[in-house]
Amino acid sequence: MQLVCPAGSLPALKAAVRQGADAVYVGFRDDTNARHFAGLNLNDQQLENGIAYAHQHNTHIYIAVNTYAQPDGWQRWQRAVDQAADLGVNALIAADPGVLAYASKHHPQLNLHLSVQGSATNAAALAFYQDRYNIKRAVLPRVLSLAQVKHVASQSPVPIEVFAFGSLCIMAEGRCHLSSYLTGESPNLCGVCSPAKAVRWNNEDGELTSRLNDVLIDRYSEGESAGYPTLCKGRFMVNGQRFHALEEPTSLDTMDLIPELVKIGVSAVKIEGRQRSPAYVEQVTRVWRAALDSYRQAPERYQVEPIWRQTLAGLSEGSQTTLGAYHRAWQ
Amino acid sequence: MMKLSLGPVLFFWERDTLMQFYAEMAEQPLDIIYLGETICSKRRSLSLDDWLGLAGDMQQQSNAQVVLSGLTLVEAASELSSLKRMCENGDFLVEANDMSAVHYLSQRKVPFVGGPALNIYNGYTLSEFIDAGMMRWSPPVECSAKIIAAALNQLDELGVARPEVEVFAYGHLPLAYSARCFTARSENRPKDDCDLCCIKYEEGIPLLSQEGQALFTINGIQTMSAEINNLLADFPSLQASGVDIARLSPRAQGMNEVIAAWHNVRQGELAPLAVQGCNGYWHSRPGMVSVEEAGLC
Repeated sequence: MQLVCPAGSLPALKAAVRQGADAVYVGFRDDTNARHFAGLNLNDQQLENGIAYAHQHNTHIYIAVNTYAQPDGWQRWQRAVDQAADLGVNALIAADPGVLAYASKHHPQLNLHLSVQGSATNAAALAFYQDRYNIKRAVLPRVLSLAQVKHVASQSPVPIEVFAFGSLCIMAEGRCHLSSYLTGESPNLCGVCSPAKAVRWNNEDGELTSRLNDVLIDRYSEGESAGYPTLCKGRFMVNGQRFHALEEPTSLDTMDLIPELVKIGVSAVKIEGRQRSPAYVEQVTRVWRAALDSYRQAPERYQVEPIWRQTLAGLSEGSQTTLGAYHRAWQ
Repeated sequence: MMKLSLGPVLFFWERDTLMQFYAEMAEQPLDIIYLGETICSKRRSLSLDDWLGLAGDMQQQSNAQVVLSGLTLVEAASELSSLKRMCENGDFLVEANDMSAVHYLSQRKVPFVGGPALNIYNGYTLSEFIDAGMMRWSPPVECSAKIIAAALNQLDELGVARPEVEVFAYGHLPLAYSARCFTARSENRPKDDCDLCCIKYEEGIPLLSQEGQALFTINGIQTMSAEINNLLADFPSLQASGVDIARLSPRAQGMNEVIAAWHNVRQGELAPLAVQGCNGYWHSRPGMVSVEEAGLC
């Protein structure tokens, strides 16, 4: 089972390679990828350097061109695909059938992975992408239980990659317009969710408030820890109750599930967090490498070391972790 | 004349409520009626066979084209096999809301409707779906008039004939789908023991900010807009944008009046200058926004 790690900068890429990632995924500096955040991602020179560095160390590089192309910007997506092929990346991660069609037609030698943004949650959907675009792998959305992952993997025409650690999307990826409903910018079209430019922090009546395009996402009394106002993680009113009506600020952590994921035949686990620091990438990659190696060396004796858990907990949103949808009760 | 369609009922209603609703709808000036459960496979006040039976009855009782709408988030094996059976029904057009349905329908080489849950945003992608058999495109609800027009122009440049274009013109906007059931969560119930509690909320549960601003509507695993998206005041620009069909999404009350208002305007009555609700997406703005100068865009 391969370990696929994120990088939003050259130092993060190098850290992932050094710590033993099997592959590192990156994006261009524009809205062609789903982490189009200010100051993030690699420029052309950094990409060339990063790819050379990774390949020297036998690490693969994947490039995500995984947003949905806007008609007026189509050339950007086309250019991103061409550039990925020219750079000699090991795979292109894409979601838009138009982009996949272009890549498979013009660069048949380029390995295509279906992005999580493609929202393929079952074998028939995967078959569509495999038939038409010859995808070599698919990343499953974080909405399936472990039993469902097992079923999809057993029927899938292509190898499966799943999310193992990082921020948790409560909605099926590629199927959420909440951000554009409030701010006008969405993951599908702009590569952003709850964009930073729409965020406003205030002190109102002694309370810290977070707003997204003026909409109150949460308010915190003194001493309460405040998180980034991703809109699905705010506290709202439903039936007269104030609570995290959609999702708490928690992170996915599936280290306990490694044996089951291997048995199911999952071919790669993915770490979320291209927007995170090189230090985050370094620590998560180190811990996950250790865990996967430990399992490989002695599967029957595998158990999660307390130090791994401590390290990851310190890196998690809200310092809380969950098995997410893999554990049916969470749903 | 622009066609009017009635989208699938997105809420969980009792069997009798559904039957009575469709009996009324059969009398309405509708050109297309979508039938089927698109949100949650546990909602079985009508089984697939019941829906097929209803489709046959509606076909006879009304002049509308009847279309079967498929499930949007397809996870379980049972959901996939039921969807496959719907795609193989042989009589009725199917609206695909997931790529699994697109796969089944294209394999059978039958024309289909691409529902708003399919991510089709540009002409190149449109041509892929048209090649797979899509004859009607209902764009994602976050698409603006500009994006739709640009995508269709791109399709023209590719030399591919345009599909019919159907815009989500009235109703709570379907915004997101999740593994989690938010209605069950709001009642402190696990999803596997939800007791089908969404049946109590005929038009979902309002989700408000802590300041009381209505933001979303919780509808099982679906999150919808709190506001009603209403493009009636934008009717002239819908027409100018080459939209063939306006989709009206069922609400618990007052659909006859909604349909009548749209019918009057499409028959030549002047569109109102402003209506209640939001129309931001159509105007390239946040979806929740109400653009006052509607009709002038």
